[in-house]
Amino acid sequence: MGRGVVAKLVARDDAVVTLQRTAGTWPSAVEEYLGSVAQLDLVRRAADRCDAVVHLAAKVGITGPVQEFIEVNVEGTRTVLAAAQAAGVRRFVHISSPSVAHAGQSLVGAPAGRADPSATRGHYSTTKAIAELDALAANSSHFAVAVLRPHLVWGPGDTQLVGRIVERSRQGRLAYVGSGTALVDSTYITNAVEAVVAALDHTVEAAGEPLVVTNGEPRPIGELIDGILAAHGLEPPSLRIPVWIAKGLGWGAERAWSRFDLGGEPPMTVFTAEQLGTAHWFDQRRTRQVLRWQPRISIDEGLTALAVGSL
Amino acid sequence: MKAQLPPETFPGYDPTWSRLVKIPAGDQTGDGSETITLHVLDHCIGPAELTLLCVHGNPSWSYLWRNVIAQARPGVRVVALDQVNMGWSDRIDRPRILTERIGDLDALTDVLAIDTPVVTLAHDWGGPISLGWAQSHVSQLAGVILTNTSVHQPPNAAAPRLITVIRTPGLLGAMTQRTPAFIRGGLRLSSPEPPSEVRHAFLAPYLTPARRAGIRDFVEDIPLEPDHVSFAALQQVEARMPELAHVPALLLWGTKDPVFNELYLRDLEERLPHADVHRFTSASHFVSEDAPVAEAVWAWIESLQDRPEKAPIAPSVATLVPDLSSSGPLVTEWSDGAWKSIAGRDFLDRVYRIARGLVIAGIRPGDRIATMIPPGIDLTAVVYACWQIGTAAVLIDSGLGVRNMHRAARAADPHWLIGIPPAMVASKALGWNGKRIVAGEMDSRLRSALGVSLSLREVELTGEGGPLAVEDEDPLAAILFTSGSTGPSKGVRYRRSQLAAQRDIIAELYQITPSDRLVAAFAPFALYGPAMGLGSVVPQMDVTKPGSLTASALADAAGQIDATIVFASPSALKNVVATADSLTGTQKRALERLRLVMSAGAPIAQELLSSVATLCLGAAVHSPYGMTEVLPVADISLAERVGRGPGPGACVGRPLAGVDVRIDPFKAQTGYSAGEAQGEVLVRAAHQKQAYQRLWWTEQQTRTADGWHRTGDTGWVDREGYLWITGRMHHVISTADGPVTPIPIEHVVEQVPGVERAAAVGVGPADVQVVVVVLELTERSRTSRAATELTKVVRTALREASLAEPAAVLTVTDLPVDKRHNSKVDRSRVGVWAGKVLAGKTRVRL
Repeated sequence: MGRGVVAKLVARDDAVVTLQRTAGTWPSAVEEYLGSVAQLDLVRRAADRCDAVVHLAAKVGITGPVQEFIEVNVEGTRTVLAAAQAAGVRRFVHISSPSVAHAGQSLVGAPAGRADPSATRGHYSTTKAIAELDALAANSSHFAVAVLRPHLVWGPGDTQLVGRIVERSRQGRLAYVGSGTALVDSTYITNAVEAVVAALDHTVEAAGEPLVVTNGEPRPIGELIDGILAAHGLEPPSLRIPVWIAKGLGWGAERAWSRFDLGGEPPMTVFTAEQLGTAHWFDQRRTRQVLRWQPRISIDEGLTALAVGSL
Repeated sequence: MKAQLPPETFPGYDPTWSRLVKIPAGDQTGDGSETITLHVLDHCIGPAELTLLCVHGNPSWSYLWRNVIAQARPGVRVVALDQVNMGWSDRIDRPRILTERIGDLDALTDVLAIDTPVVTLAHDWGGPISLGWAQSHVSQLAGVILTNTSVHQPPNAAAPRLITVIRTPGLLGAMTQRTPAFIRGGLRLSSPEPPSEVRHAFLAPYLTPARRAGIRDFVEDIPLEPDHVSFAALQQVEARMPELAHVPALLLWGTKDPVFNELYLRDLEERLPHADVHRFTSASHFVSEDAPVAEAVWAWIESLQDRPEKAPIAPSVATLVPDLSSSGPLVTEWSDGAWKSIAGRDFLDRVYRIARGLVIAGIRPGDRIATMIPPGIDLTAVVYACWQIGTAAVLIDSGLGVRNMHRAARAADPHWLIGIPPAMVASKALGWNGKRIVAGEMDSRLRSALGVSLSLREVELTGEGGPLAVEDEDPLAAILFTSGSTGPSKGVRYRRSQLAAQRDIIAELYQITPSDRLVAAFAPFALYGPAMGLGSVVPQMDVTKPGSLTASALADAAGQIDATIVFASPSALKNVVATADSLTGTQKRALERLRLVMSAGAPIAQELLSSVATLCLGAAVHSPYGMTEVLPVADISLAERVGRGPGPGACVGRPLAGVDVRIDPFKAQTGYSAGEAQGEVLVRAAHQKQAYQRLWWTEQQTRTADGWHRTGDTGWVDREGYLWITGRMHHVISTADGPVTPIPIEHVVEQVPGVERAAAVGVGPADVQVVVVVLELTERSRTSRAATELTKVVRTALREASLAEPAAVLTVTDLPVDKRHNSKVDRSRVGVWAGKVLAGKTRVRL
């Protein structure tokens, strides 16, 4: 998503400064800083040159020591906010996640809802919830903070959702959880990128409230997975495990992975089982109204692009 | 204990309504004081022009009326007292009896100086108290509203037995005073039980045994025996009911009440025959907790303003029985393995004999008579006899299914039941009211066991002579029932003039003359043959299953009378087409001689109409549009339909001459290619129903002030005036982009190969719903997500038709359809099911 936003901004002749851990392949116009968002001096130097900041940096993942999540997601966000304020930045776009407000229950046409660190599941969601509350608390009349929560972003080159599904399927380790009929929202990458740029252009209107960003086309999770697989010439999974079993497996795996050094990520977590087994789709009216943004690429068009990209 | 203001707040209650009012004690109180302090809710917006006086029963307090008060209209003062020894009013250390309670109400209206007109509103044992007040203030009285109450114990009533049980020595104190069992039990009668905060509010003034003494005394004050201290007082209230004959009255009833059941409602209806009635069939004793009583009360009070002295009845010279002196066969039926006919002359003779016999048996003009006889000679003769007398035929057809038949019988509350032996058994088993006459043979022991007083044969034998003179110019002639595919089946009342208008518009529409002969395979119209002066035949079929009509049975019936017209329902025609292969040459020719085939009762697919046209080569194929409340509204021929194109929606033709149609547009519009506004279809016509049966509130909501019937159908009118139906109001999918109607989507999806039937439903909260398409496939399929390929085809088809794209496509083994027509999909049920499936729930039954 970061790469997409940079490309979009450069394309319209915005002067772009980036800060990331490893060197990127940017157009020459981009001024690049290398390091962590937790390094105050570095962040200050980068922010000094800016009118607006888009904060996308985060530690993602479903396992790992909590300290790492806190350092990047909580402290990193505080550092970036502080540096931006010190540099006189007026517009700040914070990228959050729908998982900061909900865990477990079905979400059917749901509003964004307030972030609640105590109700989240997993280190990622908890630390992102704290970060979102910090970002919103920093919102003021001279420092507009917009918060976007893109839901389930996918597209060509995406290693998170698409990459994992494809890899698992190739290994023969992919299964439907439950009936595969849970309705889920997702966001095609181009739309997510455009929503971020829209938030940058309408930060004042969008400031002070979390906005969930999706394609506004909820689909049964099974249909979405089948579509992603078909785009890569793969067959739908033949295995189906009930939600309660998946949750049990997730519970066991989480403990095993936290106790022993098993490498990589557990094949299932309670969070993942819930995400796959229950509906989560959102009311997009407010988001579209304040961002003055509409998703341009439909899911079907996105799947076609995915198929072309995978060739 | 002295009166006090409620010490806490309760849900829906506003402390500013509360006040304490001192009234003269009348007789002395227990502690010798000469006044009593009452807690009263008293609320008015602006100067009062009318007062609504609310009287609660036992065990309760004025909290019962909180919703009525909250919705008060400006200019109406609402006064709701807590009775003496009840609620937050004084405890006077001795029981308060009925006459005293009526006196308390008198005293209260005096002290509050209520000099505006008054409408009384009461519940439970508040009923007799409010009526006692009303009878001595008739000149001030603007209306009387009663909810689940009584002034008299009807025979077989349950309350005396229950009360006798509670009054068992030892039990009374325990139930009503020492424990709060009586209050809790009473609230439990509410269905569903109110939330705990509301239950707490009802209990709050009765937390100690001392505060509950009034509840016990109230139960003791119910006069069941002639030597009871309040017997005379209650009898006087009962005896003076005729004094309210000219006072507008409204009866709102929760029919699930096990104490004040429908026997009490009927008793009050007989005492106040002019009353407006609404039966809330899902509500129990605390009807105002279970049903929109406050809304109905205020709508009724508003309706008082422009109420004519007496509803003017247009004098009608309409008669439903024309000259039938011909000797040709009038009604033909298949019975006991042979065709049987009755000539017009003999039919009329039989009608007169039955009518006179029924009068001798005790049937009076204005009675309601349930007829449970399969279509044929007997049914037709009985119904025309009912019309002869000026009684209403209650047509409870078995196509409703047992559950809806039972509801229909309770709603219509017939005075008489005339039916075939199985119907007699069923009606007894279901405990329907009414005296019974059996149409058919039944042995005497069974007759006495079932309470059957007479047989139709005996009735006919006793009746001698010609036609009866009818007193009422335009009596209630029929109560029909809606199919119940969209909520509980509703009774629909027709006056004779309205039925005559319906007959005339059908005769005119299809240019029916006495030289026509009719195959009546569609139940309601089966009765119209004689009224149009033409011969008719009922084909051999199982009337409970319209889909059982075979092509051979239809052709044989047509051949029998050399028929020119067929009236049938879509499911009957579907089976006719499916069984056409077995037709013989003679049978084929009988069908080819038809000049008109009409499909009515439910929407029919164009392909099916085309197949029917192929079978009946000489016939024009028509389908009228309408509903039980107004039929027909419009009509379209197959040729016209083909010419109009695919939609969006189902084209039902232009409104007929004499029928007004307009669209009440949706608040938000979703783009239509034609650019015409879509909304609810409203209809007005001379052959429209008189009213719903005992559903005053429903009537209020579905009839506009200027007499339009809200059909509940959605649609639009194209530039040439053709009406297109797109769904039902209840089934409109409310998406973020605006309302989406189901039929256009279903039509497109049903064209997809392999799809037998489709339902488009909404899932999610209002205003952000997504469209979900649920399919029944030609090949039996499992309940699940539709196959990838099928899903793709459905999506593409809808996109190409510029219709809303579904979030999901699901398949089911069978879509639920209505019993009567076997075609109207219960989309509400499908929607609830789809919502659960798409929330990720597994093993959800449809």
